[in-house]
Order: sequence, then structure tokens, then C-alpha cells
Amino acid sequence: MKLEGKRLIWQDYQKEIADDHYFYARSCIRQTFFPGAEAIFIKILRDELGKDIHDEQHHTSCTGIGYHSDVVPFDTTMTVVARQFALMGEAGYENYAASCVTSFGLYTEILDTWHHFPETEARIREFLFKATGREFKKPRNLAHASDIIYKFRHQIAAKAKYKLVDKNTGEPLKVVEHIGCHYSKMFPHKGIGGAEYPYVLSGMIEAWGGEVIDYPERRHCCGFGFRQYVVQANRGFSLSCSKKKFDSMEPYEPDMIITNCPGCPMFLDRWQYALSEMEGKTYGKGNHGIPVFTYEEVAGLIMGYNPWEIGLQVHQVPAEPLLDKIGIPYDISQKFKGKNGEDIGIPESPSYLKFYAE
Amino acid sequence: MGELYKRLATDIRFAEGLKACINCGTCTAICPAAEFYAYDPRVIATVVQTQDDEKIRELLSTDAIWYCGECMSCKTRCPRGNAPGMLIIALRSLSQEMGYFTESEKGRQQLAVKRIIGDQILSSGYCVRPDIVDPAMHPEQGPVWEWEHQNLAPVLDRLGANYNGDGAGALRKVSDADLEELKRIFEVTGGKDRYEKIEAFSKQKADEMGLEFGTDTSSEYVQHIYKANNRKHTHE
Repeated sequence: MKLEGKRLIWQDYQKEIADDHYFYARSCIRQTFFPGAEAIFIKILRDELGKDIHDEQHHTSCTGIGYHSDVVPFDTTMTVVARQFALMGEAGYENYAASCVTSFGLYTEILDTWHHFPETEARIREFLFKATGREFKKPRNLAHASDIIYKFRHQIAAKAKYKLVDKNTGEPLKVVEHIGCHYSKMFPHKGIGGAEYPYVLSGMIEAWGGEVIDYPERRHCCGFGFRQYVVQANRGFSLSCSKKKFDSMEPYEPDMIITNCPGCPMFLDRWQYALSEMEGKTYGKGNHGIPVFTYEEVAGLIMGYNPWEIGLQVHQVPAEPLLDKIGIPYDISQKFKGKNGEDIGIPESPSYLKFYAE
Repeated sequence: MGELYKRLATDIRFAEGLKACINCGTCTAICPAAEFYAYDPRVIATVVQTQDDEKIRELLSTDAIWYCGECMSCKTRCPRGNAPGMLIIALRSLSQEMGYFTESEKGRQQLAVKRIIGDQILSSGYCVRPDIVDPAMHPEQGPVWEWEHQNLAPVLDRLGANYNGDGAGALRKVSDADLEELKRIFEVTGGKDRYEKIEAFSKQKADEMGLEFGTDTSSEYVQHIYKANNRKHTHE
């Protein structure tokens, strides 16, 4: 399909994204593996864009992983989500911003269910009141946090210190974008660009100077599969899905992968390590692997934030080759330090995958 | 129309997930689980559409309903607007309500999921926390995670988290009052009842297998179901 054709399709899948005043709900997986990403998101919105974002302390998990690994019933999940909506109203907000794609998908599904089955919504309201005494209003606007960064991608580009460009050749970096399945596969019209040509990350990459790679398994799941990763006996499923993607993208020689779901970057990062240990196979040149980033980390990088303050040291696939290509300076001696610069040791080096430490 | 089918039909995910399946197989073509496992979502829809209780009972008792990863790629592509992934959620719910899940190797794993994720939700307010991603149970996490796991507080604090702290922030401690509300929601909405059923049916199976049941993930039964793999789940 010609690029013009894709752009026409994308125009059919635009969505309203609130301009300001967000109620932020954190993600179990993102805060566990990439807490720096959530910190960057808040910092960019508040400090760089001057937006109002409420960091709620009383919300809990939406129970999404429990729901999609089938130990938590739908009524329970819907009522927990109703409680999050109640907290939003009590804090004086009506624009819900979810850090997690599983949560975003669930909120979308629940709002759709309530639309088609109003008696279900009425039952959940009764459950919530009975359990907590709370009442709720539905969000005026529901967005995934990546939608919000997408909305402001040009403002971020205007303030950026760096571009997704190879400083030596002047060529755009070749970027794989990976969208979490539940962002738009269930409800294509709720995601920017829909399910076949989601544009939420492509838009960031283009605005920030990179070139998006179109490869055969671009829309394949990373392989989380909820119970398929949680239970050790099932992890071959998870690993195989990621491997299929790596094998498919490898001929296009990507410089990096960007993701919008909290789990995908962890799996795409860790499974490269596991595959290297199992088979001696590394992707990317010189045993470097293909570095994987959250969109918040990439936004932080081009804004010039310190790579070790935003958390690139907790990636197993090293970020240094990408930092060198862009020309982002870093102090390797500070990579594995604690908060106040204290020495807390360094990780062991993997058998094959490159490892950088002082 | 059998009783099991009637029960399935009351599940809202069933109503949302299945209109009239035309057996085209598009869902199977796109399904990541069908590529890896000996699994075919088209067959799931076909069996359910028969409304035959014996066939549905067999489905509820086999590994077949536990292979799906709930990525919902099938929902995007089905030309009739069906979602076999949603059917799977309804089937798994019924299998656990009636106890059939303990009859298959993959189904039995639900107790491990309940004790890892389910119990974590009620004890901490999160599905996952860094403390529980034990490198010994997760060798694939690699040496950087092992280092981080040994140094959680200094690493997480450097990245702006509020690890186990009061107030807002990443990885904050969810307050007792908020956890109490969560617990009440589970009591009122059937979540507690689901957990108890998973425990009770699994206890019966553990006794039958002669394995120590315990109350956490270290028990003989949980360790067995967490790792057991008869190698008969994938394509030849």
C-alpha cells in the first residue's frame, strides 16, 4: 500500500485527547520494571509542557493481569475500575490517563460493556456503593499516556536537544515501533490510527526525526499472554512470540525498538538475553542486541535527560550503542550507582550480549 | 440446549464474543497461540456453537481452553465481529466455577496464578511488585534484574520511585484503608468466592495426587503445577 493510502486510513482513526488536567493511574508492570518512565511522563507534562496532572495515591491495580489470567471475575474488575473513576471525580478531574495498556484496554472494554448493557453498569454502581460507599462519574476523556505524548509530540520536538538521527551519517535512525495488543486490537476506533496502522508511536518517531520500519510481524504480540508468562511451564510461548518478531525485524537492521505497553519492552528486552544464553544468538551488530525503550524514555532522551536518571541501566540490552549513534553523552562510571552515588556493585556480564560498565 | 451452554450464555463475554461463527478460520490464522500450541480457536467456536453439553464439558476439562494468551488479535480480524478470546474468558470462568480446570495440566496452573497474582492484588494492591519477581523463579530476567533485585531501594529511588513509601508515586505502599476497600469489593462482587473455589477444587486434586497443598507458592502442589510440562501441548 502506498504511504498516502495509509495516511488516509489513519485519518479515519483519530481520537479526542484532552488538552490538560489529567488524572494519572500508574501501571503495575511499568512501575515495577520502568519506574523512571512514569517519572519522565509526569516531568515532561508538568515541567516542559506546563500541564496539570494529578498523581493519585489511593488508586490500586485495575486487576487487569488477574482478569486476563482469569482468576479475577469481570464484576470484580469492573467494580475496582469504578472505584478508580470515583477517585478521579473526588480529586476534581474528568480526564483519565492510564499508564498501562492492559488497563486502557480494560477501561475501554468496560465503558463499551456499560454502553451496551446499562443494567451491568447499574449493578456495578450498586456493588461499588455497597463495598466502599463511593459513587462515580465516567471519564469525559479516556487516554493512554502514549496518546498524550503523541498529542504533544511536536512541542516536545521543538524543545528537544537531540533527534533520532545518526550523528555520523545524518540519516534517520531506523525504528521498530511495537504497540501493545490491547491498545487498539479490541477497539480499533479508540486508538490513534486503529489496529492495522496504529500511528501513536509512528507519529512520535517521525516528529522526532526517525524512520519507521515496516516489517512482516509488526503487529504480532510480544508474547506476554498473561498466564503464558506468569507460569514457568508456559514461558516457551512467550519467548517464541518475541523470537518471531526479532527474526522478522532483523533483516531491516533496526537501531532501536519503541513500545507503548508496559510489559512489551520488558519482554522484548529480556527475551533477547534469554535467546542469547540459550542459542548464542544475538540480534543487531556486534552482539549489541536491539535496544528496547518505552516511549517516555525516548522522549526523555531527546529532551537531554541523563540516561541513568531515567533508568536505561535497568535494561538488559545495552542502550549505549544508541546513545553513541545519536551523540548523547553519558558517564559510564555513574551507570550502576545508587541514588546518592553510592557503590552498590554491578551486574554480572552475560555470556554473549554486550555489557557496559566501568 | 444443555445446562452448561445456558450458563455460558449468561456470561456477558459470551454475548459479546460470539454471534454466528462462519468457520472461516481467520482467527486461527492470526492467533499467536495457534502457531505455538496445538490449539485452534476456530474449533473452540465450533464446539460451543453445537450447544452440546457433553462436548462443552470436555472442553472445560481439557488443556485446549488454557492456551490462549488473550491478546485479542482475533477480535480485530474476525469478519463477523466475533472474539474467540472472549469466549475463552467465559469458558475459563465456568471451568473454575465448576471445578473442571483441575482435570488438565494447563488448567491446574490456575492455583499458581491465584497464589502469585491473585493474592498479590489483595496483599499489596498491585498485580506485580518487584519483590515477587524472584530471579530464582525468573532466570530469563537476567543479571541486570538480579542486581536490581538485590538493590531495589537505591535503584528504584534513583529513578524517582516512592518504593514502599507513603503518599503518591511509583511503587508506593497502598494504604491499609485502600486495601480494605479492595478486599470489600472482592467480597461483594464474587472475587473472594472465585479465589476460594480455585483453592478448594485444587485441594481436592492435590490430595488425589498425594502432594502437599500448603498456603503459598512454595508448596509441593504449586511447585509441581508451576513447572509440569508433559510436552504434548505443541504441534508435532
